[in-house]
Amino acid sequence: MADREAVEQEERTSLAEELGVRIYIMGKEYRVPAGLTIMKAMEYAGYKFIRGAGCRAGFCGACGTVYRKEGEYKLRFAVACQKLVEDGMFLVQLPFAPAPRVSYDLEKLRPTENVLLKLYPELARCVACNTCTKACPQEIPVMDYIQAALRGDIKRVAELSFDCIQCGLCSMRCPADIKHYHVAQLARRLYGRYLAPKAEHLAQRVAEIEAGRFDEELDRLTRMGKEELSKLYEARQIEEGVGV
Amino acid sequence: MRIAYYPGCSLKALAANFDRSARAAMGALGVELVELERWNCCGTVSSLTTDDLMRQLAPVRNLIRAQEAGERRLVTACAMCYNTLKRAALRVEAHPEELAKINAFLDEEPDYRGGVRVLHLLELLRDEVGFEAVAKRVVRPLEGLRVAPYYGCLLLRPRGVGLDDPENPSILEELVRALGAEPVDSPLKGQCCGSYHTVAHKEVVARRAHKILSEAASRGAEALISSCPLCSFNLDNRQRLIRELDGSFAPLPVLYFTELMALAFGLEEALSPEGHYVDPRPFLEERQLLRR
Repeated sequence: MADREAVEQEERTSLAEELGVRIYIMGKEYRVPAGLTIMKAMEYAGYKFIRGAGCRAGFCGACGTVYRKEGEYKLRFAVACQKLVEDGMFLVQLPFAPAPRVSYDLEKLRPTENVLLKLYPELARCVACNTCTKACPQEIPVMDYIQAALRGDIKRVAELSFDCIQCGLCSMRCPADIKHYHVAQLARRLYGRYLAPKAEHLAQRVAEIEAGRFDEELDRLTRMGKEELSKLYEARQIEEGVGV
Repeated sequence: MRIAYYPGCSLKALAANFDRSARAAMGALGVELVELERWNCCGTVSSLTTDDLMRQLAPVRNLIRAQEAGERRLVTACAMCYNTLKRAALRVEAHPEELAKINAFLDEEPDYRGGVRVLHLLELLRDEVGFEAVAKRVVRPLEGLRVAPYYGCLLLRPRGVGLDDPENPSILEELVRALGAEPVDSPLKGQCCGSYHTVAHKEVVARRAHKILSEAASRGAEALISSCPLCSFNLDNRQRLIRELDGSFAPLPVLYFTELMALAFGLEEALSPEGHYVDPRPFLEERQLLRR
Protein backbone atom coordinates (compact mmCIF):
# COMPACT_ATOMS: atom_id res chain seq x y z
CA MET A 1 0.00 0.00 0.00
CA ALA A 2 2.74 2.39 1.02
CA ASP A 3 4.66 1.42 -2.12
CA ARG A 4 1.71 2.19 -4.33
CA GLU A 5 1.31 5.60 -2.74
CA ALA A 6 4.98 6.32 -3.27
CA VAL A 7 4.68 5.35 -6.94
CA GLU A 8 1.65 7.51 -7.41
CA GLN A 9 3.37 10.39 -5.70
CA GLU A 10 6.36 9.94 -7.96
CA GLU A 11 4.14 9.86 -11.03
CA ARG A 12 2.44 13.04 -9.93
CA THR A 13 5.78 14.73 -9.33
CA SER A 14 7.13 13.72 -12.71
CA LEU A 15 3.95 14.85 -14.42
CA ALA A 16 4.16 18.16 -12.62
CA GLU A 17 7.74 18.51 -13.77
CA GLU A 18 6.77 17.63 -17.28
CA LEU A 19 3.78 19.92 -17.17
CA GLY A 20 5.92 22.47 -15.47
CA VAL A 21 3.91 25.61 -16.03
CA ARG A 22 0.99 26.56 -13.84
CA ILE A 23 -1.42 28.97 -15.50
CA TYR A 24 -4.91 30.26 -14.76
CA ILE A 25 -7.39 30.52 -17.60
CA MET A 26 -10.32 32.68 -16.63
CA GLY A 27 -9.54 31.91 -13.01
CA LYS A 28 -9.19 28.14 -13.30
CA GLU A 29 -5.81 26.51 -12.72
CA TYR A 30 -4.18 24.35 -15.39
CA ARG A 31 -0.78 22.80 -15.80
CA VAL A 32 0.76 22.89 -19.22
CA PRO A 33 4.15 21.97 -20.70
CA ALA A 34 6.77 24.69 -20.87
CA GLY A 35 7.53 26.22 -24.25
CA LEU A 36 3.94 26.69 -25.38
CA THR A 37 2.59 30.03 -26.50
CA ILE A 38 -0.42 31.45 -24.67
CA MET A 39 -2.60 30.37 -27.56
CA LYS A 40 -1.26 26.82 -27.69
CA ALA A 41 -1.41 26.51 -23.91
CA MET A 42 -5.09 27.41 -23.98
CA GLU A 43 -5.67 24.90 -26.74
CA TYR A 44 -3.74 22.33 -24.72
CA ALA A 45 -6.12 23.02 -21.86
CA GLY A 46 -9.06 22.27 -24.15
CA TYR A 47 -10.13 25.66 -25.49
CA LYS A 48 -10.85 26.00 -29.17
CA PHE A 49 -10.45 29.33 -30.95
CA ILE A 50 -12.94 30.19 -33.61
CA ARG A 51 -12.34 33.98 -33.24
CA GLY A 52 -9.43 35.94 -31.83
CA ALA A 53 -6.92 33.82 -33.71
CA GLY A 54 -5.49 34.39 -37.15
CA CYS A 55 -2.11 33.97 -38.78
CA ARG A 56 -0.45 32.44 -35.69
CA ALA A 57 2.75 34.10 -36.80
CA GLY A 58 2.62 37.43 -35.00
CA PHE A 59 1.54 39.50 -37.99
CA CYS A 60 -2.22 39.72 -38.19
CA GLY A 61 -2.99 41.16 -34.77
CA ALA A 62 -6.11 39.03 -34.25
CA CYS A 63 -4.95 37.52 -30.95
CA GLY A 64 -4.02 40.56 -28.91
CA THR A 65 -4.41 39.61 -25.28
CA VAL A 66 -3.88 40.74 -21.71
CA TYR A 67 -2.53 38.89 -18.71
CA ARG A 68 -1.31 39.43 -15.21
CA LYS A 69 1.34 37.59 -13.27
CA GLU A 70 1.16 36.54 -9.67
CA GLY A 71 2.38 39.23 -7.33
CA GLU A 72 2.27 41.97 -9.98
CA TYR A 73 -0.16 44.88 -9.98
CA LYS A 74 0.30 45.69 -13.64
CA LEU A 75 -1.60 44.34 -16.58
CA ARG A 76 0.64 43.02 -19.33
CA PHE A 77 0.00 42.79 -23.05
CA ALA A 78 0.96 40.39 -25.83
CA VAL A 79 -0.16 38.65 -28.95
CA ALA A 80 -1.20 35.20 -27.77
CA CYS A 81 0.42 33.35 -30.66
CA GLN A 82 3.86 34.74 -29.81
CA LYS A 83 4.15 35.04 -26.05
CA LEU A 84 5.31 31.89 -24.25
CA VAL A 85 3.49 30.93 -21.07
CA GLU A 86 5.20 31.56 -17.78
CA ASP A 87 4.47 30.18 -14.36
CA GLY A 88 1.68 32.00 -12.58
CA MET A 89 0.11 33.72 -15.58
CA PHE A 90 -3.53 34.76 -15.40
CA LEU A 91 -4.91 34.44 -18.91
CA VAL A 92 -7.99 35.28 -20.92
CA GLN A 93 -8.49 35.64 -24.63
CA LEU A 94 -10.06 38.72 -26.24
CA PRO A 95 -12.05 37.79 -29.29
CA PHE A 96 -12.27 41.29 -30.74
CA ALA A 97 -11.51 44.96 -30.08
CA PRO A 98 -14.67 46.93 -30.79
CA ALA A 99 -13.44 50.16 -32.42
CA PRO A 100 -15.40 51.13 -35.50
CA ARG A 101 -13.46 52.71 -38.33
CA VAL A 102 -14.77 55.95 -39.79
CA SER A 103 -15.82 55.61 -43.41
CA TYR A 104 -13.93 57.81 -45.87
CA ASP A 105 -12.93 58.04 -49.50
CA LEU A 106 -9.18 58.47 -49.66
CA GLU A 107 -9.44 60.13 -53.06
CA LYS A 108 -11.63 62.84 -51.59
CA LEU A 109 -9.38 63.50 -48.60
CA ARG A 110 -6.31 65.72 -48.64
CA PRO A 111 -3.32 65.50 -46.29
CA THR A 112 -4.18 68.73 -44.46
CA GLU A 113 -3.25 69.64 -40.88
CA ASN A 114 -6.67 68.80 -39.48
CA VAL A 115 -7.90 65.88 -41.59
CA LEU A 116 -7.13 63.32 -38.86
CA LEU A 117 -8.83 65.44 -36.20
CA LYS A 118 -11.82 65.97 -38.40
CA LEU A 119 -12.43 62.25 -38.90
CA TYR A 120 -11.37 61.24 -35.40
CA PRO A 121 -12.17 64.26 -33.19
CA GLU A 122 -11.69 62.25 -29.99
CA LEU A 123 -7.96 62.65 -30.66
CA ALA A 124 -8.24 65.99 -28.88
CA ARG A 125 -9.17 64.19 -25.66
CA CYS A 126 -5.63 62.81 -25.28
CA VAL A 127 -4.12 63.77 -21.91
CA ALA A 128 -0.76 62.16 -22.69
CA CYS A 129 -1.18 59.42 -20.07
CA ASN A 130 0.78 57.02 -22.30
CA THR A 131 -1.42 54.04 -21.38
CA CYS A 132 -1.66 53.20 -25.10
CA THR A 133 2.10 52.91 -25.43
CA LYS A 134 2.24 50.60 -22.42
CA ALA A 135 -0.43 48.40 -24.02
CA CYS A 136 1.35 47.95 -27.35
CA PRO A 137 2.78 44.46 -27.90
CA GLN A 138 4.76 45.88 -30.82
CA GLU A 139 6.50 48.46 -28.61
CA ILE A 140 5.30 51.32 -30.77
CA PRO A 141 5.38 54.80 -29.15
CA VAL A 142 1.61 55.03 -29.62
CA MET A 143 1.08 58.19 -27.57
CA ASP A 144 3.79 59.95 -29.53
CA TYR A 145 2.06 59.24 -32.83
CA ILE A 146 -1.27 60.35 -31.41
CA GLN A 147 0.44 63.59 -30.39
CA ALA A 148 1.89 63.91 -33.90
CA ALA A 149 -1.65 63.36 -35.25
CA LEU A 150 -2.90 66.18 -33.04
CA ARG A 151 -0.47 68.59 -34.62
CA GLY A 152 -1.23 67.32 -38.13
CA ASP A 153 2.14 65.67 -38.75
CA ILE A 154 0.89 62.84 -40.98
CA LYS A 155 4.37 61.74 -42.02
CA ARG A 156 5.47 61.24 -38.42
CA VAL A 157 2.30 59.29 -37.60
CA ALA A 158 2.96 57.02 -40.58
CA GLU A 159 6.59 56.46 -39.62
CA LEU A 160 6.04 55.88 -35.90
CA SER A 161 3.06 53.56 -36.43
CA PHE A 162 4.61 51.53 -39.24
CA ASP A 163 4.89 48.29 -37.23
CA CYS A 164 1.25 48.38 -36.04
CA ILE A 165 -0.56 45.05 -36.44
CA GLN A 166 -3.95 46.53 -35.50
CA CYS A 167 -4.56 44.32 -32.49
CA GLY A 168 -6.54 47.16 -30.91
CA LEU A 169 -5.16 46.85 -27.36
CA CYS A 170 -4.28 50.58 -27.35
CA SER A 171 -7.89 51.51 -28.05
CA MET A 172 -9.19 49.10 -25.43
CA ARG A 173 -7.09 50.76 -22.75
CA CYS A 174 -7.41 54.44 -23.72
CA PRO A 175 -9.23 56.55 -21.11
CA ALA A 176 -10.01 59.06 -23.87
CA ASP A 177 -11.57 56.44 -26.18
CA ILE A 178 -9.26 57.23 -29.05
CA LYS A 179 -9.15 54.71 -31.92
CA HIS A 180 -5.40 54.90 -32.29
CA TYR A 181 -4.81 52.20 -34.86
CA HIS A 182 -7.50 53.51 -37.20
CA VAL A 183 -6.00 57.00 -36.99
CA ALA A 184 -2.59 55.52 -37.77
CA GLN A 185 -3.93 53.51 -40.70
CA LEU A 186 -5.55 56.63 -42.15
CA ALA A 187 -2.27 58.53 -41.72
CA ARG A 188 -0.32 55.80 -43.51
CA ARG A 189 -2.85 55.76 -46.33
CA LEU A 190 -2.67 59.55 -46.68
CA TYR A 191 1.11 59.38 -46.54
CA GLY A 192 1.28 56.69 -49.21
CA ARG A 193 -1.27 58.36 -51.45
CA TYR A 194 -0.16 62.00 -51.19
CA LEU A 195 3.11 62.54 -49.34
CA ALA A 196 5.58 59.69 -49.90
CA PRO A 197 8.10 60.39 -52.62
CA LYS A 198 7.09 58.69 -55.85
CA ALA A 199 9.26 55.73 -56.90
CA GLU A 200 10.43 57.12 -60.23
CA HIS A 201 12.53 54.09 -61.10
CA LEU A 202 9.41 51.94 -60.77
CA ALA A 203 7.38 54.09 -63.17
CA GLN A 204 10.31 54.02 -65.55
CA ARG A 205 10.55 50.24 -65.44
CA VAL A 206 6.80 49.82 -65.94
CA ALA A 207 7.05 52.08 -68.99
CA GLU A 208 9.92 49.97 -70.32
CA ILE A 209 7.93 46.78 -69.84
CA GLU A 210 4.90 48.30 -71.54
CA ALA A 211 7.07 49.45 -74.41
CA GLY A 212 8.05 45.79 -74.93
CA ARG A 213 11.68 46.05 -73.94
CA PHE A 214 11.69 42.61 -72.31
CA ASP A 215 9.27 40.81 -74.64
CA GLU A 216 11.94 39.17 -76.73
CA GLU A 217 13.85 37.86 -73.74
CA LEU A 218 10.67 36.57 -72.13
CA ASP A 219 9.68 34.78 -75.33
CA ARG A 220 13.11 33.17 -75.47
CA LEU A 221 12.76 31.94 -71.87
CA THR A 222 9.25 30.54 -72.34
CA ARG A 223 10.43 28.58 -75.39
CA MET A 224 13.40 27.01 -73.55
CA GLY A 225 13.41 23.37 -72.50
CA LYS A 226 13.91 22.30 -68.89
CA GLU A 227 17.55 21.34 -69.35
CA GLU A 228 18.49 24.57 -71.01
CA LEU A 229 16.64 26.52 -68.30
CA SER A 230 18.48 24.61 -65.52
CA LYS A 231 21.79 25.35 -67.14
CA LEU A 232 20.96 28.98 -67.37
CA TYR A 233 19.80 28.98 -63.77
CA GLU A 234 23.01 27.35 -62.53
CA ALA A 235 25.11 29.87 -64.36
CA ARG A 236 23.16 32.88 -63.14
CA GLN A 237 25.08 35.81 -61.81
CA ILE A 238 23.89 36.60 -58.30
CA GLU A 239 26.14 39.29 -57.06
CA GLU A 240 29.71 40.29 -57.68
CA GLY A 241 32.01 38.35 -55.39
CA VAL A 242 29.37 35.94 -54.10
CA GLY A 243 29.95 32.28 -54.94
CA VAL A 244 27.06 30.09 -56.06
CA MET B 1 22.31 82.00 -27.12
CA ARG B 2 20.67 78.58 -27.51
CA ILE B 3 17.50 77.87 -25.60
CA ALA B 4 15.16 74.88 -25.45
CA TYR B 5 12.00 75.65 -27.39
CA TYR B 6 8.54 74.18 -27.07
CA PRO B 7 6.56 75.10 -30.23
CA GLY B 8 3.21 73.48 -29.39
CA CYS B 9 0.70 71.93 -31.78
CA SER B 10 -0.81 75.11 -33.21
CA LEU B 11 2.56 76.44 -34.27
CA LYS B 12 3.12 73.20 -36.18
CA ALA B 13 -0.20 73.42 -38.00
CA LEU B 14 -2.50 76.40 -38.45
CA ALA B 15 -0.10 78.94 -36.91
CA ALA B 16 3.03 77.79 -38.72
CA ASN B 17 3.63 81.46 -39.58
CA PHE B 18 4.06 82.16 -35.85
CA ASP B 19 6.72 79.43 -35.56
CA ARG B 20 8.50 80.53 -38.74
CA SER B 21 8.61 84.21 -37.80
CA ALA B 22 9.62 83.42 -34.19
CA ARG B 23 12.60 81.35 -35.29
CA ALA B 24 13.62 83.93 -37.92
CA ALA B 25 13.27 86.98 -35.66
CA MET B 26 14.98 85.36 -32.67
CA GLY B 27 17.70 84.00 -34.95
CA ALA B 28 18.38 87.55 -36.13
CA LEU B 29 18.93 88.50 -32.48
CA GLY B 30 21.40 85.65 -31.99
CA VAL B 31 18.93 83.43 -30.13
CA GLU B 32 18.62 79.91 -31.50
CA LEU B 33 15.36 78.23 -30.57
CA VAL B 34 16.22 74.53 -30.19
CA GLU B 35 13.04 72.49 -30.49
CA LEU B 36 12.71 69.65 -27.97
CA GLU B 37 13.35 66.38 -29.77
CA ARG B 38 10.18 64.85 -28.40
CA TRP B 39 7.15 66.63 -26.98
CA ASN B 40 3.41 66.32 -26.64
CA CYS B 41 0.46 68.71 -26.51
CA CYS B 42 0.90 71.09 -23.57
CA GLY B 43 -2.39 69.81 -22.18
CA THR B 44 -4.41 72.92 -22.81
CA VAL B 45 -8.15 73.31 -22.29
CA SER B 46 -7.46 72.83 -18.63
CA SER B 47 -10.19 71.30 -16.60
CA LEU B 48 -12.08 73.50 -14.18
CA THR B 49 -12.59 70.68 -11.71
CA THR B 50 -10.34 70.63 -8.65
CA ASP B 51 -9.52 66.96 -9.10
CA ASP B 52 -7.71 67.42 -12.38
CA LEU B 53 -4.35 65.74 -11.83
CA MET B 54 -4.87 63.64 -14.96
CA ARG B 55 -4.81 66.95 -16.86
CA GLN B 56 -1.36 67.73 -15.49
CA LEU B 57 0.24 64.65 -17.05
CA ALA B 58 0.74 66.31 -20.41
CA PRO B 59 2.47 69.49 -19.19
CA VAL B 60 4.58 67.62 -16.61
CA ARG B 61 5.65 65.13 -19.28
CA ASN B 62 6.94 68.05 -21.35
CA LEU B 63 8.85 69.37 -18.35
CA ILE B 64 10.41 65.90 -18.02
CA ARG B 65 11.44 66.14 -21.69
CA ALA B 66 13.25 69.41 -20.93
CA GLN B 67 14.84 67.87 -17.82
CA GLU B 68 15.96 64.88 -19.91
CA ALA B 69 17.63 67.21 -22.37
CA GLY B 70 19.51 68.81 -19.47
CA GLU B 71 17.62 72.09 -19.83
CA ARG B 72 16.68 74.33 -16.92
CA ARG B 73 14.56 76.64 -19.07
CA LEU B 74 11.93 76.07 -21.68
CA VAL B 75 10.69 78.89 -23.89
CA THR B 76 7.39 79.05 -25.77
CA ALA B 77 5.91 81.56 -28.16
CA CYS B 78 2.29 80.46 -27.82
CA ALA B 79 0.57 82.20 -24.92
CA MET B 80 -1.67 79.18 -24.33
CA CYS B 81 1.21 76.70 -24.07
CA TYR B 82 3.12 79.18 -21.92
CA ASN B 83 0.20 79.51 -19.53
CA THR B 84 -0.48 75.77 -19.32
CA LEU B 85 3.14 74.70 -18.90
CA LYS B 86 3.99 77.42 -16.41
CA ARG B 87 0.90 76.77 -14.31
CA ALA B 88 1.76 73.10 -14.10
CA ALA B 89 5.42 73.82 -13.31
CA LEU B 90 4.51 76.17 -10.47
CA ARG B 91 1.75 73.92 -9.21
CA VAL B 92 3.84 70.79 -8.80
CA GLU B 93 6.56 72.77 -7.09
CA ALA B 94 4.06 74.19 -4.62
CA HIS B 95 2.39 70.82 -4.06
CA PRO B 96 4.99 68.05 -3.74
CA GLU B 97 2.27 65.54 -2.84
CA GLU B 98 0.66 66.12 -6.22
CA LEU B 99 4.00 65.76 -7.96
CA ALA B 100 4.60 62.49 -6.10
CA LYS B 101 1.29 61.18 -7.36
CA ILE B 102 2.00 62.29 -10.92
CA ASN B 103 5.48 60.75 -10.83
CA ALA B 104 4.06 57.50 -9.51
CA PHE B 105 1.60 57.40 -12.37
CA LEU B 106 4.25 58.28 -14.97
CA ASP B 107 6.24 55.23 -13.92
CA GLU B 108 7.78 54.73 -17.35
CA GLU B 109 9.42 58.17 -17.15
CA PRO B 110 12.17 59.43 -14.91
CA ASP B 111 10.67 61.42 -12.01
CA TYR B 112 10.16 65.09 -12.62
CA ARG B 113 12.40 66.75 -10.04
CA GLY B 114 11.11 70.29 -10.53
CA GLY B 115 13.16 73.32 -11.40
CA VAL B 116 12.43 73.75 -15.12
CA ARG B 117 11.56 77.38 -15.67
CA VAL B 118 8.92 78.10 -18.30
CA LEU B 119 9.49 81.32 -20.20
CA HIS B 120 7.60 83.23 -22.84
CA LEU B 121 9.54 84.69 -25.77
CA LEU B 122 8.48 88.16 -24.67
CA GLU B 123 10.13 87.65 -21.28
CA LEU B 124 13.29 86.48 -22.99
CA LEU B 125 13.24 89.63 -25.14
CA ARG B 126 12.62 91.95 -22.19
CA ASP B 127 14.85 90.35 -19.58
CA GLU B 128 17.76 88.90 -21.51
CA VAL B 129 17.99 90.16 -25.06
CA GLY B 130 16.76 93.62 -24.06
CA PHE B 131 14.58 95.93 -26.11
CA GLU B 132 17.63 98.11 -26.82
CA ALA B 133 19.26 95.22 -28.63
CA VAL B 134 15.97 94.64 -30.48
CA ALA B 135 15.95 98.30 -31.56
CA LYS B 136 19.55 98.00 -32.76
CA ARG B 137 18.69 95.07 -34.99
CA VAL B 138 15.93 97.00 -36.80
CA VAL B 139 16.79 97.64 -40.44
CA ARG B 140 13.42 98.93 -41.51
CA PRO B 141 11.93 101.04 -38.71
CA LEU B 142 8.15 100.78 -38.77
CA GLU B 143 7.86 104.55 -38.57
CA GLY B 144 4.36 105.88 -38.26
CA LEU B 145 2.79 102.42 -38.08
CA ARG B 146 0.10 102.42 -35.42
CA VAL B 147 -0.10 99.00 -33.78
CA ALA B 148 -2.49 97.90 -31.03
CA PRO B 149 -0.98 95.29 -28.68
CA TYR B 150 -3.47 92.66 -27.61
CA TYR B 151 -2.63 90.55 -24.55
CA GLY B 152 -5.79 88.57 -23.93
CA CYS B 153 -5.89 86.50 -20.75
CA LEU B 154 -3.05 84.07 -21.01
CA LEU B 155 -0.05 86.38 -20.83
CA LEU B 156 -1.48 88.19 -17.83
CA ARG B 157 -3.43 85.82 -15.65
CA PRO B 158 -3.43 84.23 -13.13
CA ARG B 159 -1.13 86.13 -10.78
CA GLY B 160 2.27 84.49 -10.62
CA VAL B 161 1.91 83.13 -14.13
CA GLY B 162 1.28 86.42 -15.91
CA LEU B 163 4.43 88.03 -17.25
CA ASP B 164 3.39 91.64 -16.73
CA ASP B 165 1.08 93.88 -14.73
CA PRO B 166 -2.35 92.32 -15.35
CA GLU B 167 -4.14 95.68 -15.18
CA ASN B 168 -1.67 97.78 -17.12
CA PRO B 169 0.76 95.65 -19.11
CA SER B 170 3.42 97.33 -21.22
CA ILE B 171 5.75 94.64 -22.54
CA LEU B 172 4.20 94.54 -26.04
CA GLU B 173 4.13 98.37 -26.14
CA GLU B 174 7.86 98.39 -25.40
CA LEU B 175 8.46 95.92 -28.20
CA VAL B 176 6.36 97.95 -30.63
CA ARG B 177 8.37 101.07 -29.76
CA ALA B 178 11.66 99.21 -30.15
CA LEU B 179 10.60 98.30 -33.68
CA GLY B 180 10.00 101.95 -34.50
CA ALA B 181 6.20 101.72 -34.56
CA GLU B 182 3.69 103.53 -32.40
CA PRO B 183 1.71 101.53 -29.82
CA VAL B 184 -2.02 102.23 -29.64
CA ASP B 185 -3.49 101.67 -26.20
CA SER B 186 -6.92 100.14 -25.73
CA PRO B 187 -8.89 99.38 -22.56
CA LEU B 188 -9.83 96.00 -24.05
CA LYS B 189 -6.27 94.80 -24.63
CA GLY B 190 -6.38 92.43 -21.67
CA GLN B 191 -9.92 91.17 -22.15
CA CYS B 192 -10.72 87.64 -23.22
CA CYS B 193 -11.17 87.02 -26.97
CA GLY B 194 -13.93 84.47 -26.34
CA SER B 195 -11.54 81.54 -26.48
CA TYR B 196 -13.05 78.14 -27.27
CA HIS B 197 -16.57 79.48 -27.48
CA THR B 198 -15.52 80.07 -31.07
CA VAL B 199 -16.42 76.41 -31.73
CA ALA B 200 -19.97 76.30 -30.41
CA HIS B 201 -20.90 79.99 -30.21
CA LYS B 202 -19.30 81.70 -33.20
CA GLU B 203 -21.50 84.77 -32.99
CA VAL B 204 -20.73 85.41 -29.34
CA VAL B 205 -17.04 85.38 -30.19
CA ALA B 206 -17.53 87.46 -33.35
CA ARG B 207 -19.33 90.15 -31.33
CA ARG B 208 -16.59 90.15 -28.76
CA ALA B 209 -13.86 90.33 -31.41
CA HIS B 210 -15.83 93.13 -33.09
CA LYS B 211 -15.66 95.17 -29.87
CA ILE B 212 -11.95 94.54 -29.33
CA LEU B 213 -11.03 95.35 -32.94
CA SER B 214 -13.33 98.39 -33.24
CA GLU B 215 -12.03 99.87 -29.99
CA ALA B 216 -8.45 99.56 -31.25
CA ALA B 217 -9.38 100.93 -34.69
CA SER B 218 -11.25 103.89 -33.17
CA ARG B 219 -8.03 104.81 -31.40
CA GLY B 220 -6.18 104.83 -34.69
CA ALA B 221 -4.76 101.31 -34.83
CA GLU B 222 -3.87 100.04 -38.31
CA ALA B 223 -2.98 96.55 -37.13
CA LEU B 224 -3.19 94.45 -34.02
CA ILE B 225 -0.56 92.08 -32.60
CA SER B 226 -1.08 89.00 -30.49
CA SER B 227 0.91 86.11 -29.05
CA CYS B 228 -1.79 83.44 -29.14
CA PRO B 229 -3.00 81.34 -32.08
CA LEU B 230 -6.50 81.09 -30.63
CA CYS B 231 -6.81 84.85 -29.95
CA SER B 232 -5.49 85.46 -33.45
CA PHE B 233 -8.03 83.07 -34.94
CA ASN B 234 -10.87 84.76 -33.10
CA LEU B 235 -9.72 88.28 -33.92
CA ASP B 236 -8.68 87.56 -37.50
CA ASN B 237 -10.73 84.70 -38.99
CA ARG B 238 -13.92 85.75 -37.23
CA GLN B 239 -13.78 89.04 -39.20
CA ARG B 240 -15.67 87.21 -41.93
CA LEU B 241 -18.61 86.79 -39.56
CA ILE B 242 -18.16 90.30 -38.17
CA ARG B 243 -18.61 91.65 -41.71
CA GLU B 244 -21.83 89.68 -42.00
CA LEU B 245 -23.07 91.17 -38.75
CA ASP B 246 -21.83 94.69 -39.49
CA GLY B 247 -21.38 95.64 -43.14
CA SER B 248 -19.57 98.85 -42.21
CA PHE B 249 -16.76 97.02 -40.39
CA ALA B 250 -13.36 97.68 -41.99
CA PRO B 251 -10.91 94.75 -41.92
CA LEU B 252 -8.00 95.08 -39.53
CA PRO B 253 -4.88 92.94 -40.04
CA VAL B 254 -3.87 90.78 -37.06
CA LEU B 255 -0.22 89.77 -36.79
CA TYR B 256 1.87 87.77 -34.39
CA PHE B 257 4.35 89.99 -32.59
CA THR B 258 7.12 87.91 -34.13
CA GLU B 259 5.87 88.77 -37.62
CA LEU B 260 6.14 92.45 -36.78
CA MET B 261 9.70 91.82 -35.58
CA ALA B 262 10.57 89.91 -38.75
CA LEU B 263 9.20 92.81 -40.81
CA ALA B 264 11.32 95.40 -38.98
CA PHE B 265 14.36 93.11 -39.19
CA GLY B 266 13.97 92.93 -42.98
CA LEU B 267 13.06 89.21 -42.92
CA GLU B 268 10.17 89.55 -45.32
CA GLU B 269 10.16 85.89 -46.23
CA ALA B 270 8.95 85.20 -42.68
CA LEU B 271 5.77 87.16 -43.38
CA SER B 272 3.49 85.03 -45.53
CA PRO B 273 -0.21 85.28 -46.34
CA GLU B 274 -0.76 81.81 -44.88
CA GLY B 275 -2.12 81.85 -41.40
CA HIS B 276 -3.97 85.10 -42.00
CA TYR B 277 -7.59 85.69 -42.91
CA VAL B 278 -6.99 89.40 -43.49
CA ASP B 279 -3.82 89.38 -45.59
CA PRO B 280 -1.58 92.01 -44.00
CA ARG B 281 0.67 92.39 -47.02
CA PRO B 282 -1.32 94.79 -49.24
CA PHE B 283 -1.63 97.21 -46.35
CA LEU B 284 2.07 96.93 -45.46
CA GLU B 285 3.00 97.41 -49.12
CA GLU B 286 0.85 100.50 -49.24
CA ARG B 287 2.68 101.84 -46.22
CA GLN B 288 5.93 100.97 -48.02
CA LEU B 289 6.95 98.65 -45.19
CA LEU B 290 6.97 95.66 -47.48
CA ARG B 291 8.33 95.45 -51.00
CA ARG B 292 5.76 94.63 -53.63
